Amino acid sequence: MSSTDGSADTSGLTRDEVAHLARLARLAVTDDELDVFAGQLEVILGAVAGVGEVAADDIPPMSHAVPLENVFRADERRPGLSQQQALAGAPAAEDGRFRVPQILGEEA
Amino acid sequence: MTGSSELTRLTAAELAEKIRTREVSAVEVARAHLDRIAAVDGTVHAFLHVAGEAAVASASLVDASLDAGTAPASPLAGVPLALKDVFTTTDMPTTAGSKILEGWRPPYDATVTSRLRAAGITILGKTNMDEFAMGSSTEHSAYGPTRNPWDTDRVPGGSGGGSAAALAAFEAPLAIGTDTGGSIRQPAAFTGTVGVKPTYGGVSRYGLIACASSLDQAGPCARTVLDAALLHEVIGGHDPLDSTSIDAPVPSVVEAARRGADGDLSGLRVGVVKEMGGEGYQPGVQAGYEAALRQLEKLGAELVEVSCPHFRYGMAAYYLILPSEVSSNLARFDAMRYGLRVDKGAGAEEVMAATREAGFGPEVKRRIILGTYALSAGYYDAYYGQAQKVRTLIARDFAAAYAKADVLVSPTTPTAAFPIGEKVDDPLAMYLNDLATIPTNLAGTAGISVPAGLADGLPVGLQIMAPALGEAVMYRVAAAYEAARDAEDGGPLIHRVPEVTA
Repeated sequence: MSSTDGSADTSGLTRDEVAHLARLARLAVTDDELDVFAGQLEVILGAVAGVGEVAADDIPPMSHAVPLENVFRADERRPGLSQQQALAGAPAAEDGRFRVPQILGEEA
Repeated sequence: MTGSSELTRLTAAELAEKIRTREVSAVEVARAHLDRIAAVDGTVHAFLHVAGEAAVASASLVDASLDAGTAPASPLAGVPLALKDVFTTTDMPTTAGSKILEGWRPPYDATVTSRLRAAGITILGKTNMDEFAMGSSTEHSAYGPTRNPWDTDRVPGGSGGGSAAALAAFEAPLAIGTDTGGSIRQPAAFTGTVGVKPTYGGVSRYGLIACASSLDQAGPCARTVLDAALLHEVIGGHDPLDSTSIDAPVPSVVEAARRGADGDLSGLRVGVVKEMGGEGYQPGVQAGYEAALRQLEKLGAELVEVSCPHFRYGMAAYYLILPSEVSSNLARFDAMRYGLRVDKGAGAEEVMAATREAGFGPEVKRRIILGTYALSAGYYDAYYGQAQKVRTLIARDFAAAYAKADVLVSPTTPTAAFPIGEKVDDPLAMYLNDLATIPTNLAGTAGISVPAGLADGLPVGLQIMAPALGEAVMYRVAAAYEAARDAEDGGPLIHRVPEVTA
């Protein structure tokens, strides 16, 4: 991905860049979707790049509406899901476990 | 005995009173609403799932308890409600409007669901929504759009269009929504109903399928301010299962709504946000807003102009922060533990990619890709980092404004309900719907939309905003305005909704 003006990187996204991002996000998008998304994302990025206009070098970032702190509870047993409940929605299960496709590719 | 069609026109407070005094049974009330759903929902499509006999069974427990002389479980015992399909329910499917969760039966109830059940509220079913709450029209539901009862060729708003339309079509007197950037307030404005976004952390997110965790907030939807307040007190309050839940008492919103209805706002300072309204707002919306300001003045409130200069960057910051959180939150849909699996490809990664491709709709994909980009190395500072700083500036604008005013007001939306199909392929045009509601989510403060009249036959909303945990004053102002507007107009706006025809 390259920036044309070097400032807020508002140059939009090429079709190849969208394809790369979709791969990273595990989305097997179609060629038609790539065409549509590239154009739409360019428009959206053009609009959201407005945040770059704000002089905010000395402003602290806000990640959350309320200050977050660790929340503790007493270390006591409490009911959780049974194995059956946990597996009830699984696409595939076997011997009380989630059955998943092969994790490593052929080359591994 | 009251006729069943009359029962569906009553407010939740009225229904609760009739049930409590045994004038009608909770079962009769449930059946009246189920009949109404059967009659009109083929057209409106507010519901993705109707509980049917399970709702009747729940209502019969309330009747049995009252017959046995037990005090009602809550001030809303036996009153029916429509639940947005983003809250987990063990006895009903939970889809969040997505194909990836079609038919999913969650193994646990959301805290909101549990509190509704404990209050004896009859859950009629699950309502339609934009997929994973991403959208402003309910057209991004994988199960087809919901129609606006005021004009069935128009959208009811979104993402909680199903909940709002259910209220406006008299399918339910109460509903639950979630508001990440306006998804309760904008549909309320579009349907002539009342919708509340509580303070962030005011209502538990446990069992609420996440869109953007730092912005999501569940809240009450109703046809009157008092009904919303009654529901607010049922669902609000601290929950140890949500680490962002506020450990403080729920504001006394019912008392505030009752006090507000008396109609005296003298001594109250209402901040008119200079940057909200005017250019970019439809003339009909602007006219309704200005009439509302005059109404508030007549009630004794003092109008003060306030300036929130960074609100204009709110939408840009929101559409960086939200997709970033979405891209992370929706990584959980991996085709392994629950939900859809498309068995295509050599290994887990290919199955995952094929499943997410088939299971997610276009708006969800766009936002995941956008968020992945905004968080990627080399772009993080310019986009996500900068958006977080803008968020700070917006919160500071609010703080400065609330130093001068008890509540702030604006139109809820820039336009009234638009035709189905008009904006569905133009994401940016769709995003502009939330211009006036987004700042409140970014700051984590509270907001309500109340009906503010009609523009060319379509409802518009007045937004009243309050500081964190300042809901009481917000409800008071909303109830006062509602009472004054209804008195001037000869009755509640919602009674002017045309009858839905098949």
